[in-house]
Amino acid sequence: MSVPATPTRAGAAWEVAASVLDPELPVLTLADLGVLRDVEVAEDGRVVVTITPTYSGCPAMATMRDDLVRALRDHGHDRVEVRVSLHPAWSTDRITERGREALRSHGISPPGPAPRHDGPVALTLQPVRRALRCPRCGSSETELTSEFGPTACKALYRCTDCLEPFEHVKEI
Amino acid sequence: MSDHDSVYDGLVGHDLPGDDSRWAFGTDFEDPLAGVDTTLPEGVDGAALAAYCLMLGDDALVHSHRLSQWASNAPDLEEDIALANVALDLLGQARLLLARAAAADPGVVPPLPEGSPVPPEDALAFFRDEAAFRNVRLVEAENGDFAVTMVRLLLASTHRLAVLQRLTTSRDQVLAAIAAKGVKELTYHRDLAGRWFLTLARGTAESRRRLEAGLALVWPMREELRRTHPVERTVAEQGVGVDPAEVADEVDVVLEQVPAVSGVERPALPPVGLVAGGAGREGRHTEAMGRLLAEMQVVARAHPTGRW
Repeated sequence: MSVPATPTRAGAAWEVAASVLDPELPVLTLADLGVLRDVEVAEDGRVVVTITPTYSGCPAMATMRDDLVRALRDHGHDRVEVRVSLHPAWSTDRITERGREALRSHGISPPGPAPRHDGPVALTLQPVRRALRCPRCGSSETELTSEFGPTACKALYRCTDCLEPFEHVKEI
Repeated sequence: MSDHDSVYDGLVGHDLPGDDSRWAFGTDFEDPLAGVDTTLPEGVDGAALAAYCLMLGDDALVHSHRLSQWASNAPDLEEDIALANVALDLLGQARLLLARAAAADPGVVPPLPEGSPVPPEDALAFFRDEAAFRNVRLVEAENGDFAVTMVRLLLASTHRLAVLQRLTTSRDQVLAAIAAKGVKELTYHRDLAGRWFLTLARGTAESRRRLEAGLALVWPMREELRRTHPVERTVAEQGVGVDPAEVADEVDVVLEQVPAVSGVERPALPPVGLVAGGAGREGRHTEAMGRLLAEMQVVARAHPTGRW
């Protein structure tokens, strides 16, 4: 359901929404993460923000919603509505270049290109092979600790050169 | 982020006038389908679509509950985290599917006391009785040891992945979108289970023994996934659902491949029988289901108007 937008106000509202930080990875904005889909301002001033969940069970949605509402209220928008868009499904490809650089500089390995799932998905019994560089020392001598990490989106790796563990945002 | 006088200010969600309290046991994002167009496609029976969504949703919900019982009990930290992650993905899928079911046919939602703050998908999860759950019996079974859990995960996720992959072209836009997200997640689940199957088979004599025992225990419950229920036939005909018979061959390929590569024989065991002509999809569950629901539902049922 679309509401008529006023360009300048929508632009300003977008900037505010786009600056809200991800609660789990506060080095990324919701725009950098590709979670912020749309911001529209109705004639009556109501702001409708559309976000998309990263994983089906993403527990951060409520916090993102609250942060968006608070940020927009602080900038003078009394009525804010947050909606969900499921389609197209979120992909790590939507993380911006700026976002990837922010991840890297904070010790988190950014994702590579996401796999395509056009038809039946072939089974691999081998561990997922990724050519990762350690975000701390830059070495390519890294090894997988676990495909699953402290949040739904991350895998755990360690660098065999500097011996530090690090998280990797999984390609999805 | 704006300043707050107290660190606790930021924890209160809405600052709305009036009652600020909310359902005590939910995730606080009231409607997972807020703003999603849940209009039924042309020529689709809402009751059938809702029943179908409950089947897929309950498979995920019940399996998620079983997997989350491993939290703090898994053999090592990495597997503890892995199982919790898989459980969370499935829980998210369950929530979306149950919400979609309620939107397609509000009649499936159990009635709650006047003034209850419980959202429809939580009402379905916590306040339905056993006979109203439509999951297959495979996912409600006790966890057993790690090998049993991994074999069950392999069977369930291989089948679910194949179904969801076809569901991405459902005429119901909501189901198609849920499926598209689910496919990406299920791929990781299935591959985790496949790798563990191989690892356990080729590990030690003990791990191999347990894998073979797990396979013998779980394999007879496989047949239920392939049974076509009248609801599944209806939704497949209406272009919104998938007849499990369609994916049987594709699933079989994987479930031949994995044991073959692992050097393990597939059991030649008869399937678990039906009860009065029905099974999980008809709400006829095993003893284990009652105990599972008791644990899952007891707190919510004790406080059906619980707010905080």
